[in-house]
Amino acid sequence: MQLIQPLFYIFATILVLSGLGVILSRNPVHSALSLVLCFFTSAVLWLLIEAEFLAIVLVLVYVGAVMVLFLFVVMMLDINLEELRRGWTRFAWLGGLTAGLVFLEIAGVIYTKRLGIDVTQGAAPLPSGYSNTQELGTALFTTYAYPIQIAAMLLLVAIIAAISLTMRRRKGHKVQDISAQVAVQAKDRLRIIKMDPEQRP
Amino acid sequence: MISLGQMLTLSSILFALSVAGIFVNRKNVLLLLMCIELLLLSANFNFVVFSRYLGQLDGQVFVFFILTVAAAESAIGLAILVVLFRERRSINVEELNKLSG
Repeated sequence: MQLIQPLFYIFATILVLSGLGVILSRNPVHSALSLVLCFFTSAVLWLLIEAEFLAIVLVLVYVGAVMVLFLFVVMMLDINLEELRRGWTRFAWLGGLTAGLVFLEIAGVIYTKRLGIDVTQGAAPLPSGYSNTQELGTALFTTYAYPIQIAAMLLLVAIIAAISLTMRRRKGHKVQDISAQVAVQAKDRLRIIKMDPEQRP
Repeated sequence: MISLGQMLTLSSILFALSVAGIFVNRKNVLLLLMCIELLLLSANFNFVVFSRYLGQLDGQVFVFFILTVAAAESAIGLAILVVLFRERRSINVEELNKLSG
């Protein structure tokens, strides 16, 4: 039990440093990789407070799918980095000030108002033999059965939108017209003609 | 034992960092998208933490839906970004000042 506190501080430090890496690194590839580290450490912290299923989902969905997509796009686009980095210090002080204000406001709400609950309490104790995945699955497929279907439709719409946005026909490329190929009839390809037999001279 | 206050402080640091990132990287659409992902992560963090510390499962179900929406959002955002780059050869926000295609 005593190990949890040092583990929390180690991973929280890694999380904050990699968050800094995301916003400050010069190369977008380094930013994306720092973001991957952010997701991994967040997953570890979620494991520490015993929310195992979402920790695994975070690694699978975010690191496995979304960040790979990000890295793919970063490497595919030939970005002029110098031009994008120029003058970044001009508004950095404003960003720092805003971030400081946001942090102070949230910390003020947490530590002075105390949210009406005890903020120094630990996580709610779980009964023995408790399975986070099973409980979450039960909730998802009973109480939240309709919302999860809406989420599935949303993903379908996102797939169709992403494909139809990025698909293009280049001029001069030879491509198959699948519907024409499928709809072809035998008479389009083969012509039977009547003719007299050839005579040997 | 990790207290509720520690977790909430950590997620507010993450939130403030990503807000600062939106200011710092205001020219690069790709990094803006990454900062928004970080922002969503800190919001998810709060959902998970409150769900665990108040002993109610609904917060974790909500995180599930936020993950779905965030994945859809980043897929469509990156698709728009690729189309934009093909059209303009640049992803600088300052050059995106025309409404016509």
